[in-house]
Amino acid sequence: MSLLEVKSLNSFYSDSHILFDVDLRVEPHEVVALLGRNGAGKSTTMKSLMGLVRPRSGSIRFNGEEVSGRPAHVIARAGMQLVPEERRIFGSLDVEENLKLARLTASHSAPMDSIFATFPRLGERRRSRGADLSGGEQQMLAIARAMVRKPKLLLLDEPFEGLAPVIVRDLMSVCRELARAGQTILLVEQNLAATLALADRAYIINNGHIVHEGPTAEMKAKPELLQRHLGL
Amino acid sequence: MLNWANFISQLFNGLVLGALLALISSGLTIIYGTLGVLNLAHGAMFMLGGYAGWFAYAHTGSFVVAVICGSLFVMIVGVVMERVVIRHFYDRPDEDQLLVTFGLGIVFVEAVRFAFGSLSKTVLAPEALAGITSLGFMFYPTYRLALLGIVVAALLALYAVLYKTRLGLMVRAGIEDARMVEALGINIQTVFVIVFGIGAMAAGFAGIVNAPVVSIAPDVGEGILVQTFVVVVIGGVGSFGGAVLGGLVAGEIISLTSMFNPAYAYVMLFVAMTLVLVLRPRGLLGAAGRE
Repeated sequence: MSLLEVKSLNSFYSDSHILFDVDLRVEPHEVVALLGRNGAGKSTTMKSLMGLVRPRSGSIRFNGEEVSGRPAHVIARAGMQLVPEERRIFGSLDVEENLKLARLTASHSAPMDSIFATFPRLGERRRSRGADLSGGEQQMLAIARAMVRKPKLLLLDEPFEGLAPVIVRDLMSVCRELARAGQTILLVEQNLAATLALADRAYIINNGHIVHEGPTAEMKAKPELLQRHLGL
Repeated sequence: MLNWANFISQLFNGLVLGALLALISSGLTIIYGTLGVLNLAHGAMFMLGGYAGWFAYAHTGSFVVAVICGSLFVMIVGVVMERVVIRHFYDRPDEDQLLVTFGLGIVFVEAVRFAFGSLSKTVLAPEALAGITSLGFMFYPTYRLALLGIVVAALLALYAVLYKTRLGLMVRAGIEDARMVEALGINIQTVFVIVFGIGAMAAGFAGIVNAPVVSIAPDVGEGILVQTFVVVVIGGVGSFGGAVLGGLVAGEIISLTSMFNPAYAYVMLFVAMTLVLVLRPRGLLGAAGRE
């Protein structure tokens, strides 16, 4: 049984139709990427899955349960966790409080020490307010905040955006480590090389329609496909 | 003419008023910060606390019972108000939220006027706290000193809830980004109703503990609402520390200006607010911008 199965999902922002009959599937322990140009509907897909945007129609089956239209806190408790594009760290809370908040309702949670073992930098800054962290540290905290809940499905929305190459490399290795440990991930990322290296399979979304689906190995071999849909 | 004894006494009055404003304003600012609704019925909650307390006092003669009943009654009013009315306005424009809370405030005031009349009611301070106390350099009403202690204790309790408990963690995070709190598995609607209850209770508690100082009437909340609003603007929206600092600043401005000319107390208060808005628009301790 798929961990996530999305069928004919339609989402709107007020009156504008953003997602058109999106179909998606993520198997347990799989890393799946969602590729597309800016404004293609990638973030809206992620937000619709998490319940932060209420889909107009369609079905989202997660872990055998229909979650479309349910509130975000119910979906989070079912085991889905979004690392949002804007990071959305709580700036007035310190690093530890950010993590503590995330753990409050988690049925299984990772011990703080294991989080700080993965992100030693966060351990050093455990008493710093979220607002005082650098962009890279905030992104680490955003990922750590999701990981502390031990989610069944991790949604990563542009985790490498706007970060220095050194930090991207560090975060990449964290993601690779997570994937190797069996974490199921749905990834949205502009950095194509990083995405193709991490993901087993990818969907290409264009103007709110899924236009292609296949293993990343196959896509790497067809540059014309990527060029046509992503303008590379 | 400036006279020292008078000045120090007014300074104390300012401190007591400031602490009281700080308590009422923290209720308003936490509600606004978390729920995004500016509760224009907050002054009426202060008034309701006074009346509910007076009603209990008239029947039992106990000031302690009056304080407990006044606070609990307003907390319940707050919870019911959030469940029945306010929650339907979270996704509505600000104007609608202002209108509905303003309207509820009028309903509360007129309901009290209908039930108990327009004449003011008196709640006496407990025997042990009546009279005056010598502070060495001046004499000061004992109950006002006690009031300062009571309000400071309430502020400390509120601080402890906000900064030392799980609920407080959710509230502080909710003030920044309620949707993200929800995405971390927390039912923010439940947090909202608790915040509204606690915020209302802060105003109700202030209303009854202040009753022995100023007798209560249906319109006591109106002036308080205006002052509280100024405090929140001076201190910074959604900031507990800002509400405390702003409260003390406002209390002293009102009190010290009244010593020279009471008519200018409000003028000076608004001058201070204007200065803050020009020099530091987010308030003395406000965070930079809120979604």
